[in-house]
Amino acid sequence: MEIITSILAGVLFATAIYNILQKQLLRIVIGTALLSHGAHILILTMGRLKTGQPPILTEGISDYTDPLPQALILTSIVISFGVTSLLLVLAYRTTKENNTDNMEQLRGNENE
Amino acid sequence: MSNLAVLPIIIPLISAVILIFFNQKVKVSRALSKLFSLISLGTSSYITWYVFTNGTIILETGDWLAPYGIILVMDGLAAILVLTTNIIAVACAFYAPNAGLEKRETFYFYPFFFFLITGVSGAFITGDLFNLFVFFEVLLMASYGLIVLGGGKVQLRESLKYLLINLFSSMLFVTAVAFLYAVVGTVNMAQIAQRVQEVEQQGILTTIGILLFFVFATKAALFPLYYWLPKSYIVPNPVISALFGALLTKVGIYSILRVFTLIFVHKTDMTHEMFIWIAGLSMIFGVIGALSTSNIKLIIAYNIIPAIGFIILGIGLLNQDGISGSIYYLINDMIIKSVLFLLVGVIAYVAGTSDLRKMGGLIHYYPFLGWLLFVSALVLAGLPPFSGFIGKLLLLKGAFEQGEIAIVIIGLITSLLILYSVVKIFINGFWGDKETMAELPKKSTKGLLAPVVGLLALSVILGVGAEFFYPHIESIATYLLDPEIYIDSVLKE
Repeated sequence: MEIITSILAGVLFATAIYNILQKQLLRIVIGTALLSHGAHILILTMGRLKTGQPPILTEGISDYTDPLPQALILTSIVISFGVTSLLLVLAYRTTKENNTDNMEQLRGNENE
Repeated sequence: MSNLAVLPIIIPLISAVILIFFNQKVKVSRALSKLFSLISLGTSSYITWYVFTNGTIILETGDWLAPYGIILVMDGLAAILVLTTNIIAVACAFYAPNAGLEKRETFYFYPFFFFLITGVSGAFITGDLFNLFVFFEVLLMASYGLIVLGGGKVQLRESLKYLLINLFSSMLFVTAVAFLYAVVGTVNMAQIAQRVQEVEQQGILTTIGILLFFVFATKAALFPLYYWLPKSYIVPNPVISALFGALLTKVGIYSILRVFTLIFVHKTDMTHEMFIWIAGLSMIFGVIGALSTSNIKLIIAYNIIPAIGFIILGIGLLNQDGISGSIYYLINDMIIKSVLFLLVGVIAYVAGTSDLRKMGGLIHYYPFLGWLLFVSALVLAGLPPFSGFIGKLLLLKGAFEQGEIAIVIIGLITSLLILYSVVKIFINGFWGDKETMAELPKKSTKGLLAPVVGLLALSVILGVGAEFFYPHIESIATYLLDPEIYIDSVLKE
């Protein structure tokens, strides 16, 4: 199971990088969203995937699920939601003000 | 008394929340933000005194014992950096009302300002790698809010790039933490250090270390990851640029200092050797950037990069003089960068342009401003007796001890070129014909120069009073070079 999710995380990372390297602004935003999904799945995988075990370690229990990765992912998801929504608004405003969503044209020249 | 450690996070946080309610009342906001920044400065001064007399303060939040709970570690390094941050915050809070922010002040400038301070202080204090990521996000969120204030065409465009590069490196940070968690099974920095030490940093651990370095180097704007910095730092208001230039890149370099003196210290030939080369390249490329432009704001923004290069040099050397030099130079650079950004803001304001080719003869109208710039140029370049000199002297001495002669020569040449790049502003902007600027209306610099003078005086005191400050810095360096002290104080074994 860990192998499959690792590959999934890798595929997500690859598509994310591909999208971030595009010129169109919306594709870049989608790329960053995919990147955060890849990172979150990676955290989940890194904490070992187990089903049916309690997340508590008490006496007599030798097999338990690690609760920490879930806490980390929850924090990270909230943050990336916030940043993505801000990014969408910023991308929209930038497109409106500059009349283009092409990163080539948003480069700017030296003498301004 | 361990609750002291949380105050530098809590006070700015509460201040920010209170200031949200007074958003539309500019006068109240101004007065309150001055008051709150002074309270925060007072508290952090007391904490610094306490840490240097009674030793490290460790707070286990919610009484969850380390390494299970989140811990805050207020050691000597964190204390002096929090103190410096608060000094800069006070100067910026007093500068802001006159900085020409106009309507922007009612668009949550002050709340964002205090959220930024919260994030920066938190990043310095935390003893938990994942929490470091969270505080990075707090300060980045505040900085996104600040950098878009005003929202002109150019500003939005550059903010977008700033946000994208930071978002990307944050996600890499999470990935690196995930890898590290899979290998060592903890996110507590002391316990990571302990476990990495047990296996002598074998196998994949060095790779994870370099991944973390990549993340922090992007935030700190080291060669070759500095390309995003210069243009995005010059677009906001000078007071915001000063905060960014003084604090944000320094949090990145602090993280490198912490992680590579505490955790990844066992394979120095692979990591720390590389830092020395990166230091040299950052110095050269940064100073070339500073020389290449005639935009005064851009000159100062490019000057951040060689300064970061000097600090990473000390981390790469990893000896007593190198680390002391890095810490001294870090504090010096936080102060002098905010001075320069604020000063350049004043110059651009009185001259009506930030293009050097259109300036000249300002000394006839603003002599005091001119001499302030001249003195800060000397401090930045590290001429004795100013504080930049002490840091550089220690760094170059440390490099000599390791036999790194090439980096010493690069460092000295860079210092000379840094001096030239800033004195160029003085020569082209202030010397010259009185007539060039004669048509310009004479503007008042009232209230703008007092915070700058205060910071510059502090910078001079740091240099002249090195006898007093150096033993403290040296003790911090000794402390950092022995990771055992940190590990023992946190895990209490």
